[in-house]
Amino acid sequence: MSRDIRIKKGLDIKLVGGAEKTTKSSTLSSIYAVKPEDFHGIIPKLIAKEGAEVKAGEALFYSKGDERVLFPSPVSGKVVEIIRGARRKVLAMKIAADSNQEYKEFGTKDAAKMSAEEVKNHLFASGCWPFVKQRPYDVVANPNQAPKAIFVSGYASAPLAADLDYTLAGKEAELQAAITAVSKLTEGKVHVSVGANSNSPLSSLTGVELHKVSGPHPSGNVSTQIAKIDPINKGEVVWVITPQDLVIIGELLLTGKFNATRTVALTGSKFSKPQYVTAIAGATIADVTAKNLENDNTRIISGNVLSGKQVKEDEFLGYYDNQITAIPEGDDYEFFGWTKPVFNKISTSRALTFSWLNPKKKYDLNTNTNGEHRAFVVTGSYEDVFPLDIYPMQLLKAFMYKDLDEMEALGGYEIAPEDFALTEFICVSKQPHQNIIREGLDLMREELG
Amino acid sequence: MGLKQNLHNLKEKYKGTKMAPAFNAIHTFLYLPNDVTHGGTHIKAADDLKRTMNTVIMALIPCLIFGMFNAGFQHYAAIDGSLRTDVLANFFTLDNLWIGIIKVLPLVIVSYAIGLGVEFIFAIIKGHEVEEGYLVTGMLVPLIVPIDTPLWMLSIAVIFGVVIGKEVFGGTGMNILNPALTIRAFLFFAYPTWMSGDKVWVYDAVNKAGTADAISGETILGAYAQNHEVVYTIWDKFFGFIPGSIGETSTFLILLGAAFLIFTKIGSWRIILSTFLGAAVMGFIFNQVVAADIITESSKFYGLMNTVWYEQLLIGGLAFGAVFMATDPVTAAQTTKGKWIYGFLAGFLAIMIRVFNPAYPEGVMLAILLMNVFAPTIDHYVVQGNIKKRLKRTKVKTA
Repeated sequence: MSRDIRIKKGLDIKLVGGAEKTTKSSTLSSIYAVKPEDFHGIIPKLIAKEGAEVKAGEALFYSKGDERVLFPSPVSGKVVEIIRGARRKVLAMKIAADSNQEYKEFGTKDAAKMSAEEVKNHLFASGCWPFVKQRPYDVVANPNQAPKAIFVSGYASAPLAADLDYTLAGKEAELQAAITAVSKLTEGKVHVSVGANSNSPLSSLTGVELHKVSGPHPSGNVSTQIAKIDPINKGEVVWVITPQDLVIIGELLLTGKFNATRTVALTGSKFSKPQYVTAIAGATIADVTAKNLENDNTRIISGNVLSGKQVKEDEFLGYYDNQITAIPEGDDYEFFGWTKPVFNKISTSRALTFSWLNPKKKYDLNTNTNGEHRAFVVTGSYEDVFPLDIYPMQLLKAFMYKDLDEMEALGGYEIAPEDFALTEFICVSKQPHQNIIREGLDLMREELG
Repeated sequence: MGLKQNLHNLKEKYKGTKMAPAFNAIHTFLYLPNDVTHGGTHIKAADDLKRTMNTVIMALIPCLIFGMFNAGFQHYAAIDGSLRTDVLANFFTLDNLWIGIIKVLPLVIVSYAIGLGVEFIFAIIKGHEVEEGYLVTGMLVPLIVPIDTPLWMLSIAVIFGVVIGKEVFGGTGMNILNPALTIRAFLFFAYPTWMSGDKVWVYDAVNKAGTADAISGETILGAYAQNHEVVYTIWDKFFGFIPGSIGETSTFLILLGAAFLIFTKIGSWRIILSTFLGAAVMGFIFNQVVAADIITESSKFYGLMNTVWYEQLLIGGLAFGAVFMATDPVTAAQTTKGKWIYGFLAGFLAIMIRVFNPAYPEGVMLAILLMNVFAPTIDHYVVQGNIKKRLKRTKVKTA
């Protein structure tokens, strides 16, 4: 049975620099890095010491909270540097890759014949557990809780997002193996969503409930889909896995190897040729973007323009990311920019802003904040781009003054920071919505568990 | 080195000093700042608070210009009533405009100078940026006071309104009461004999009172409240060729401003519509009370109660209040449902107070201030509805 999801509230941010559907293989980087901060809320305990030789899939560190949860090296090579910050916090582990990649052997498995416990242990041992994330709190899943359902969003609606129909093409076997395995982890259903008119390989999977999604961003956000299909109540947990991570799990089951290679979209106006490349998680940005990037006053983002992380060329691709975006920095003044008519920026109002005249136009937005930080003033605008049955401003305020009862009652369990990316984008007061939500969720997790 | 670079260097020089907010306020007026995003979304939409506020000011400009002409017209028409026979020919004259320039512009300048002065002082003391809220308040204030308001009185009221109405709560976005209406209410309660008389609405009526050249400054509401005869036609009322506070007389131009605010999505059409609706309903109820002979001509309420309900919407400050005052997003209800309730009650109470207030035949100001106080309560119950829905969902699951 298929239940379709259709939303009206939201906003498609159309930018120039969509990836052309050709895939280039990027060369093996000399240095890869795994950053514990990519796994929010995890405190790392190191296994591999500086100078250690590791194979691809061999654990670098484990979670202090649950020592079964291992975090693997994406490549084989030598741990050359452990970068630490304040109070010796581990910021990154750098691995110099071997020219000949060796994989740790985990053995092929027939997912259909595995028990739930076997699947779990296999994901732990192979370092694939961190691909399983949970709601509430949007963190790596706690393996001791039973999820009421598992959600996979195969529809990416974020600005310039990688086209999953394209990047997953030909991966049917891996996806099916992974779905068969993870569906053992829940008593409930595995919900998979695809775009309304897609030819996604996900739509041919068995053992799932398929949903067709249409409407503007954030229709592809998994919170939106959860809210429409099976909203999270207090005490409930759902797990979330991205399709590109399912491919890695599937390949592990079919070949016995942990291969963190994925197809990454290079997008944004600062790429001379926006296209797809294959790259391994944690690769050096410069190697992935090789000779394609116009790096003069450019903001490079691992991820999309709404929720990605700012990186430099000598930094690394985020562990979960399948997109690199490059847009111009906006660090210049604009004469009477606050009052003159605006034709080259996006706006949901019509206050001498004219993006409503041409909804199909693609914009080359820069990183200027277009105004200064203020207290919340305007009301009613967030609701237009926020499809969940939640009062966004009231929830944000509760998250700011940290009233745990209100945070819970207003829907704190149902959201992730990325759900507040659009309200942050249109915010006239330029409030940092996603940071507010992240901090509040961390507090809830600490206090309410 | 151009102006841009010079200002940039000055900004760096002032950074971290007490003067930084004052300098930035002027700098950001000339140039959109060079700040870039960090830590959240990497791109931002084009609107900021300055643009939002500026849009409201644009919607107010027609009312201001009309008010300047009307200031002169009411003055001369009070002296020579024959001018009213051909309004169009006698309205847009330089003589009328001149009265507007010498009477209205000083009010605008004093309102902005004093109000922004207080804002700058608070910004420097408290170290926050100068916020844009007063850009709109500063324009609203001269439009809702009578023409003969003395400048010293306005100055004191503005200081009171900005300090007590806004800054003590933490500035723009934190206040409970609409600052412009707080200023107006201060004038009303501090100088009642001056502000609620029937002279101050027309230029020079106060000075000439009691002399051989005495002219009337009576407003329509004043006339109805005294059960006097009203000489204006319905079109005079609609287009605004009547005495009243400077910017509130022309319902036509106010509706034009409303259309602009709604089109630009800056003003809430729900609040505007529901305020008019609430006022119409109350007006209609009063009409029925009169029709049922419950109130007779001898009653002091008769004149206002007998005013046809749609006329209630045209006279006094109702339209201006509905479009520019009730819609202030900070002090209005913030939820969609809440906005309907808030607006309806504001309009409903405005007409009720207008009819029953013995001291001053206008209720819009008091009704909106009252609803400002109740707005958080309305929102509270609307949000509780959402919370209950969520709890119910959990109960269904666990039952």
